[in-house]
Amino acid sequence: MASEEMEQLVRREYKQGFVTDIESDTVPPGLDESTIAFISQKKGEPQWMLEWRLEAYHQWLKMTPPSWAHLEYPPIDYQAISYFSAPKKPEDRPQSLDEVDPKLLETYEKLGIPLHERAALAGVAVDAVFDSVSVTTTFKEKLHEAGVIFCSISEAIREYPELVRQYLGTVVPQADNYFAALNSAVFTDGSFVYVPEGVKCPMELSTYFRINAANTGQFERTLIVCDKQAQVSYLEGCTAPMRDENQLHAAVVELVALEDAYIKYSTVQNWYPGDEDGKGGIYNFVTKRGDCRGDRSRISWTQVETGSAITWKYPSCMLRGKESIGEFYSVAVTNGRQQADTGTKMIHIGEGTRSTIVAKGIAAGRSDQSYRGLVKIGPRAKGARNYTQCDSLLIGDQCGAHTFPYQEIGNSTATVEHEATTSKIADDQLFYCRARGIDEEDAVSMIVNGFCKDVFQELPMEFAVEAEALLNVTLEGSVG
Amino acid sequence: MLEVKDLHVTVEDKAILNGLNLTINAGEVHAIMGPNGAGKSTLSAVIAGKDGYEVTQGTILFEGQDIFEMEIEERARAGLLLGFQYPIEIPGVKNIYLLKAALNAQRAARGEGEIPAPEFMKLVREKSAEMKMDPSFLQRAVNEGFSGGEKKRNEILQMLVLQPKLAMLDEIDSGLDIDAMKVVASGVNSLRSADRAILLVTHYQRLLNHIEPDRVHVLVDGRIVKSGDKELALELEARGYDWVLEESAA
Repeated sequence: MASEEMEQLVRREYKQGFVTDIESDTVPPGLDESTIAFISQKKGEPQWMLEWRLEAYHQWLKMTPPSWAHLEYPPIDYQAISYFSAPKKPEDRPQSLDEVDPKLLETYEKLGIPLHERAALAGVAVDAVFDSVSVTTTFKEKLHEAGVIFCSISEAIREYPELVRQYLGTVVPQADNYFAALNSAVFTDGSFVYVPEGVKCPMELSTYFRINAANTGQFERTLIVCDKQAQVSYLEGCTAPMRDENQLHAAVVELVALEDAYIKYSTVQNWYPGDEDGKGGIYNFVTKRGDCRGDRSRISWTQVETGSAITWKYPSCMLRGKESIGEFYSVAVTNGRQQADTGTKMIHIGEGTRSTIVAKGIAAGRSDQSYRGLVKIGPRAKGARNYTQCDSLLIGDQCGAHTFPYQEIGNSTATVEHEATTSKIADDQLFYCRARGIDEEDAVSMIVNGFCKDVFQELPMEFAVEAEALLNVTLEGSVG
Repeated sequence: MLEVKDLHVTVEDKAILNGLNLTINAGEVHAIMGPNGAGKSTLSAVIAGKDGYEVTQGTILFEGQDIFEMEIEERARAGLLLGFQYPIEIPGVKNIYLLKAALNAQRAARGEGEIPAPEFMKLVREKSAEMKMDPSFLQRAVNEGFSGGEKKRNEILQMLVLQPKLAMLDEIDSGLDIDAMKVVASGVNSLRSADRAILLVTHYQRLLNHIEPDRVHVLVDGRIVKSGDKELALELEARGYDWVLEESAA
């Protein structure tokens, strides 16, 4: 393909707003007010946005990193990070699959990722752009017809400032926690979704369609608003391993569900976990929170976490509306030297609110993981109900699993149930499968997938199949 | 087909089998009987390759091959299949999924491709009907919430689908009422063929009223002390094990 045509494609994509308007600039490492002003200016943001960022920054300066999680990592030097860098230019990226790490390709193969997608995921310059243009065009038209807004957060700040201003930071305030404050000051990428009243989004929205390069933003900010009686299913991430130069990721996701709205948010996270000693892996410190603002609204989080060196993540629901529903279904898998401290918070505020938590943790190798969950029932949450089930499965004897359930019940009419189990992958289950001719690795994946069934069935169909394959790849070599 | 020579096995330094000899030919049905704690279940567990058993002496050849050189799954794929006394539950894994994975693993070992889905469904439906199992069992998690009888029928169903060369059934009659026993027995009888052998491990003679053995062996203190034809089983039923013990002590 001639480079001219190439250029056209790229430009067309820009017009559609799928690429942020960055020239090839990078600011030197370090963080101060001028860095933030630079980011805001580069993004063409209005003054209120800059002020909002600066406010967050000033709060952040007064805060200290959290130390309560069951995680170990060296202190992060926030002045050594570059907070704004343009994506790699096409000529700096691999020109064909031949230049890509064969190990990465092997993994794609195992995950059953189609050939043309492999190139995109590996960051190959030509195919990536080529591929996403055709897909995104038809995609955008359909959404436009339905009146659904789905664009980058930067575009939304410019094009739909009233909507953004109305909802941004109303679920996760600027100073909510250390990482959220940092994100509020410097976020550069992320998605914005608005589903108007009474509209059921005609398709599952996926970041995969929006981000055309393999690089994920370091400080992503996502805001999803579902108006009255609206519905949306949003898929974040990708089962393919994501390589990224940035070690620290601190994303913020805010969901707002108005009366009778339903938001289903599914994540498959498979970032680079580091080498065998955990070196080079990604630190994933995420704040995800959903606000069931309207009566009978419902927010459902489903996550499959297999990547990252360190995961710190508690997708939560604020159940404000009467009879609103919060759900959390999670599978967290750690292997090698990975550490994960993850769980959820269900805050029951409104009357008759209900929440369900199903958390499955699988630890293998020398990894360590914790489930940390808070169920809080406020004084006005009459008749609130929670059901929590957390199960841990250990593979081998060098890994660890911990459960930290917190309950604050401020109302005598509430019903709170909690079930927890920890089991080792049973030798007799393995023997039973092997004595039927199934080899050990397949037997382990069969048993583990069975263990995760309750959560996988909450995933959109296609994702569920991918998640199973992903689990098998993650646990490869964990026995024997 | 199976040749066990001078087999000595210990479990946690305790001797369980002390020089067991047994030869089973294709087409034969053998029953191993004996009092509790004689080592009956140990024999089939060692043949299948279960962990925790230390073979201190002796050999086991299956079709001339030393099975101690083979992994658990290799033995199963070669046609050695153990029906469990206490079948294991595997939550979240569908029964039909396990069956298919097992069958395809065996086919792959024989150099055959995966079984086409319609063919597999037909096979499994047919065999479940033989075992008087409702097709809904196939969609349930492996053995989860099954009654004792259902678990045993499920074990035989696996045998019918996998068609082993040597089927070992460990106390397949324990916990079965008479109707369930008849279903299980008819399943086992349908496995009888000139190129297949069956090894029954049982405490009670009553199973042998339904599955007629060619040879009956009495296992006492880790050794086969008496062998005979089906009449021996009847004699044991009538007289108990004591006379055999006395005979062997003499």
